[in-house]
Amino acid sequence: MPAASLTAVRSFVAAPVPARPAIAVEGRRAFAFKGVEKRFGDKTVLDGIDLDVPSGQFVAVIGKSGCGKSTLLRLLAGLDRPTSGSLTLGAEEEGHSRTRFMFQEPRLLPWASVVKNVEVGLTGIAAGAEAWQRALDILGEVGLADRADEWPSVLSGGQKQRVALARALVGHPQILALDEPLGALDALTRIEMQQLLERIWLAQKFTAVLVTHDVAEAVALADRVVVISEGRIALDLDVPVARPRRRGSAELARLEGTILDRLFG
Amino acid sequence: MSFSARLHANAIGWVLPVLVIAGWEIASRAGVMPANVLPAPSAVAEAFWRLTLSGELIRNIGVSTARALAGFAVGGSIGFALGLANGLSRLSRGLTDTTLQMIRNIPHLALIPLVILWFGIDEEAKLFLVALGVFFPIYVNTLLGIQSVDPQLVEMGRVYGMDGRALFFRVILPGALPAIFVGLRYALGIMWLTLIVAETISASSGLGYMAMQAREFLLIDVVVLSILIYALLGKLADSLARLLERLSLGWHPAFQNG
Ligand SMILES: Nc1ncnc2c1ncn2[C@@H]1O[C@H](COP(=O)(O)OP(=O)(O)OP(=O)(O)O)[C@@H](O)[C@H]1O
Ligand SMILES: [Mg+2]
Repeated sequence: MPAASLTAVRSFVAAPVPARPAIAVEGRRAFAFKGVEKRFGDKTVLDGIDLDVPSGQFVAVIGKSGCGKSTLLRLLAGLDRPTSGSLTLGAEEEGHSRTRFMFQEPRLLPWASVVKNVEVGLTGIAAGAEAWQRALDILGEVGLADRADEWPSVLSGGQKQRVALARALVGHPQILALDEPLGALDALTRIEMQQLLERIWLAQKFTAVLVTHDVAEAVALADRVVVISEGRIALDLDVPVARPRRRGSAELARLEGTILDRLFG
Repeated sequence: MSFSARLHANAIGWVLPVLVIAGWEIASRAGVMPANVLPAPSAVAEAFWRLTLSGELIRNIGVSTARALAGFAVGGSIGFALGLANGLSRLSRGLTDTTLQMIRNIPHLALIPLVILWFGIDEEAKLFLVALGVFFPIYVNTLLGIQSVDPQLVEMGRVYGMDGRALFFRVILPGALPAIFVGLRYALGIMWLTLIVAETISASSGLGYMAMQAREFLLIDVVVLSILIYALLGKLADSLARLLERLSLGWHPAFQNG
C-alpha cells in the first residue's frame, strides 16, 4: 500500500501518519481496511478484513444475515472503531463531505419538510439560501422537486428512500455507504431506485459501498462484489461488464451463480 | 375539513349545552327547581352583570388568573428544565429521578395544612401549591418525550455532523414535543383545580374567595357563577394549548386532517 497517496489515516495501532498531498488523481485510493478485526465482548464479528478500494469504484458487499456487513459499514463511516487493525481513508477533497451513510430505513425527520430534510445533508457545509438551492437541485435529480414542501409522512416508501438518497448525495460525498437501502421496497420500485442510483453514481463518481442481500442487485450495479463469510472476505469478484447492463443477461447470470455457489456451496 | 364543515361540527357540540340551559331555566320558572338549590340561569346572568358592573368580578378573575399563571410559570419551568436535564443526562437522572418519583406519590393537595402553617394564607401558599401541582405532569412528560425520541434519528443527526446544539433543536426537542404538549394540557387542568381548592380554603381575594363569601351570605347565584367561570377559564386554557399544539405539530399525521 503506497502510503504516499494517503493523507488522512485513521490508525488504531500506530500514530496517525502526517498529512501529505495525493500524488496522482488516477488510481487514488478511497479507503483501505488492513487486518481489521471487530469484537463485541468475546464475539468476533470481523476477523481480519483486508479491503483496498480505489476512488470511484462501486463495491457491493454480500453475506448471510449477521455476518458483519453492517458492522463493516459502520467502521467505514466512523460510527464505530475496529478492535484492531487499521482503516485508512483517502485524502479529503475540497467541497466534498467525506462519508455519507444511507440506512435501511429512510430516517427522515418527520417534523421537517422534504427540502429541509435534504438540507440536513449540508450541515456544516452550506446554509441558508445556498443550502436550499442545492437541496432543490438534488431533489430534482431524484425526481421529487415538486414534493419539496411536503411532510415526509405523505410520501410513499420509495419516495422517502429517494429523499434519503438526495440527503446523502447533496453534500457530494467522496464515499457513500449504503446499508440495504432498497431492502424494504417492492420489486419494481427497487429496480427504479437501482437505476437512479447508478445514474447518479455515473454522474458524480463517488465511491459507493452497497450492502445488499440481493445477488442480482449486486452484479447489476457493482464493479466489484465482496462476499463476507465468518468474518472474512470469502470472495472478491470483479464484474467486468460494460454499462448500461442488461438485467438477466447470461454474463450477469454466470457471475450470480459464482457468488451463490460461494455463499451456499 | 373545510371551514364551514368545521363550524358545523362545532355547532353540533353546542346543541346539548343550550338544551340543558333552556330546560334548567324552564324548570326554575315552573318552580320544579327551588332557587335555594339551584338558581335559574337568568339569575346567574344577572349576578354576572351585577358583579361586572361593580368591577368585583373582573378584579377576582384577574387575581386568580395571575396566581394561576405565576404558579404555572414557576412549576412549569422547573419541571421542564428538570425533564430536559434528566432526559439528556444520565448523571442528572440517576441523581434526582428516584427522589422525584417518591415525591410524586404524595398528592400535592395533602400538603395544604402544612402549607398553611408555613405560609399562612398569603400568596406564597397558593403559588407553592399550584407550582407543585403543575411541576409533575410537565416533568414526567418532558422526560418521557425525550426518552422516546427515535434513537435512529439521533444517530442519523450525528452521522450528518450535527453538533449537540443542532441535535437538540432539530431532532430531540421536536421529537419530544408531542409528549410535552400532553403534559402541558394535563398541567393546565391541575393548575385550575389546585387554585380552586387553595382559594376556597384560604384566600382573601380571587374567584374561590368570591364563592366562599357568597356562600356565607347565601348568594347562591354568585356561587354558581364562580363555578361557571372556573369552567370557562379552564376551557379557555385548554383551547389555547390545543391551538398552540396544532400550530407547532403541523407535521404530525394526527393534525394533518383535523
Ligand atoms: N453493538 C453491538 N453489540 C453487540 N453485538 C453486536 C453489535 N452490533 C452487531 N453485533 C453483532 O454482530 C454480528 C453482525 O452484525 P451486523 O449487524 O453487522 O450483521 P449484518 O451482516 O449487517 O446482518 P443483516 O444482514 O441481518 O443486517 C451480529 O451477530 C450482531 O449480533
Ligand atoms: Mg445489517
